[in-house]
Amino acid sequence: MFAVENGLLGDPRLQAISDAIRVIPHFPKTGIMFQDITTLLLDPVAFKHVVDIFVDRYKHMNISLVAGVEARGFIFGPPIALAIGAKFIPLRKPGKLPGRVISEEYELEYGNDRLEMSTEAVKSHERALVIDDLVATGGTLSASINLLERAGAEVVECACVVGLPKFKGHCKLKGKPLYVLVEPTQLDEITF
Amino acid sequence: MSGNKEEEDPRINGIKTKIRVVPDFPKKGIMFQDITTVLLDPKAFKDTIDLFVERYRDKNISVVAGIEARGFLFGPPIALAIGAKFVPLRKPKKLPGETIFEEYELEYGNDRLEMHVGAVEAGDRALVVDDLIATGGTLCAAINLLERVGAEVVECACVIELPELQGRQRLKGKPLCMLVEYR
Repeated sequence: MFAVENGLLGDPRLQAISDAIRVIPHFPKTGIMFQDITTLLLDPVAFKHVVDIFVDRYKHMNISLVAGVEARGFIFGPPIALAIGAKFIPLRKPGKLPGRVISEEYELEYGNDRLEMSTEAVKSHERALVIDDLVATGGTLSASINLLERAGAEVVECACVVGLPKFKGHCKLKGKPLYVLVEPTQLDEITF
Repeated sequence: MSGNKEEEDPRINGIKTKIRVVPDFPKKGIMFQDITTVLLDPKAFKDTIDLFVERYRDKNISVVAGIEARGFLFGPPIALAIGAKFVPLRKPKKLPGETIFEEYELEYGNDRLEMHVGAVEAGDRALVVDDLIATGGTLCAAINLLERVGAEVVECACVIELPELQGRQRLKGKPLCMLVEYR
């Protein structure tokens, strides 16, 4: 579900957020129009809009845990967690987290990768939000949902700043709702 | 806060008790300072950010540069609270578009830190943030990147310092603010 479908149609903050995201063609490889959120972070007003919109949505949903996917999920997750009084849990590439971890494999275009979470971070029945900057295939978010559910948490929603248009409507990921602020821009402009 | 033995802010002890020390990670002999347990305590996490925000909000900081990846946990909340830009300093090849890089030494070999061209401008007043300072190599690389584009690095801010490694001496004369020492 996109923010515009859920009460934020015409909200000028969404246009400001969309305008602040830079598109880098052919990164990391030919044909990909990379949605670069670092330019959003250079605009304190637009960055704050992102956090405010997510906080307004989640502050009354009894979320006790925000899980952010390494590394760009670390930028958006903590400000939300701090504002709603939830814990923040980093979901990391293999070998980065000390102590006992569980890991979940997910598919890349070629081969697989793994995401890890500390086993001691989550208590049973916690209500969790998963956050990343962008959702494309949903592979990383699905792995994140799996990790949290294996630890006994209930994933309430997945939230992303940018999402492909296929996630409109009541599209779910592993049965969990998805909340997205803006679509990618210039997705179809592939020039050589 | 920084290393003077004045009266310590009472919030600091609360933060210190939440840091988990993990022996022999990532390899034998290293007592790893794990800040993820601070993030699991909303009050301790908020206190950490508040202590830095209180220090920096009237210092006209225009950019907070956070070092990948744990600097990304603390830098953005500080930047948002003080109205500054946030600039991620990243491992090689992660940032799209045009970048500059600075090499720094590891125990064996070198690594690189990259920053986007155009993110930081001449005259920007910068704060560098990371979870921990050890030898100071990464922070020094960060200072170099910012100075090369004409920014003024006002201070480096870390949650934890390992003073025995003397990283404080490698910051090109820039001051360090830390909350917790580990000896």
